[in-house]
Amino acid sequence: MMKRYLPHPLLSLALLVVWILLANEISAGAVVFGAILAVIIPLITASFWPDRPKVGNVIAICEYGLVVMWDILVANVIVAGLILFRKTETLESKCVVVPLDLTSPEAITTLAGTITMTPGTVTIDLSADAKSLLVHCLHAPDAQGVIDDIKDRYERRLKEIFE
Amino acid sequence: MPFVVELIISLLIVIGGLFLLVGSFGMLKLRDLLPRLHAPTKASTVGVGGVLIASMLYFWVERGHFTIHELLITLFIFLTAPITANLIAKAYMLLNVDPHSDLPPSKQNEGWATFDPVGPEGYDPSEEYQEKEN
Amino acid sequence: MIEYALNFGFVCVSLALLMNLWRLTMGPTTADRILAVDTMAINAIALLVMYGIAKGTAMYFEGALLFAMFGFVSTVAYCKFILRGDIIE
Repeated sequence: MMKRYLPHPLLSLALLVVWILLANEISAGAVVFGAILAVIIPLITASFWPDRPKVGNVIAICEYGLVVMWDILVANVIVAGLILFRKTETLESKCVVVPLDLTSPEAITTLAGTITMTPGTVTIDLSADAKSLLVHCLHAPDAQGVIDDIKDRYERRLKEIFE
Repeated sequence: MPFVVELIISLLIVIGGLFLLVGSFGMLKLRDLLPRLHAPTKASTVGVGGVLIASMLYFWVERGHFTIHELLITLFIFLTAPITANLIAKAYMLLNVDPHSDLPPSKQNEGWATFDPVGPEGYDPSEEYQEKEN
Repeated sequence: MIEYALNFGFVCVSLALLMNLWRLTMGPTTADRILAVDTMAINAIALLVMYGIAKGTAMYFEGALLFAMFGFVSTVAYCKFILRGDIIE
């Protein structure tokens, strides 16, 4: 019963919260309509979400979020400096290959998104068997260092969250 | 409005504006598309984020009711920016990059997905096209 | 003081939009032009939010949200068209 009408409880909760934020008030009308949407939308889109991703504990997710936020701030300043004060010829832009230990698609998507959002690195492709990421670096004299950084800072934490 | 809050809001707007400018300037200055892709990620994280937090603080202090309305835009941009960057890179690579000479090998059984779209179960999207054409 | 900061912000975003426009008209490859449009949408969001602060009204927020959504959808549609030759398969 529960599984049939609420196939994805977390998605439903997220939809309800987003609807209340959009309405910008906590009134009975907004909550009821949000609840209706939270039931209908997962049912309609159920075929796009074949299985329920396992999500680990909240503390690990918060830690991951804070680490990513901090990295985004630091990397922003570094990349702004690179753009403003370096001649474009002296930038060592190159593609590096990051082999993946993660297996679940949600974890790989999160990792790819995180790499893109931290300035200085952009995920540009995934190998067809989903076992390596192609990452483009704006300025990376030390390619192995970038790979180790990604694996140690993000992939290890994501492994704890999703697997 | 207390002076400290006013100072924080002004600082956030100035920082946001500067990062938006640097992002677009980087897009103008860098030589090739792949380095250029790095510039707008700055604009979409700190640039828009700073301005939106400033707006949130302003309406909170000025109007007295606390809204997290603005966080919705930040969240939406954080979710969509990686997807657009990835798709733009894929579109560029498909048209302008030679997978054998310009890209490092994937070191796996399969090549990069943009050029070698055979999935792990042997699914090949290009077969569908051929069937359609026939 | 916020007014001065806002004026500074307007100048920055306007310059950024001009640079994007330059990249949009000049950009050597199609992907450059798509990137320019996407960045323009992001700059437009910031411009709308700043304008909302300047006018002291939260009305422009909805406009900014719409820009965020349509910017994303249009970029994905352009890229999808280049990648697959079709938008909705």
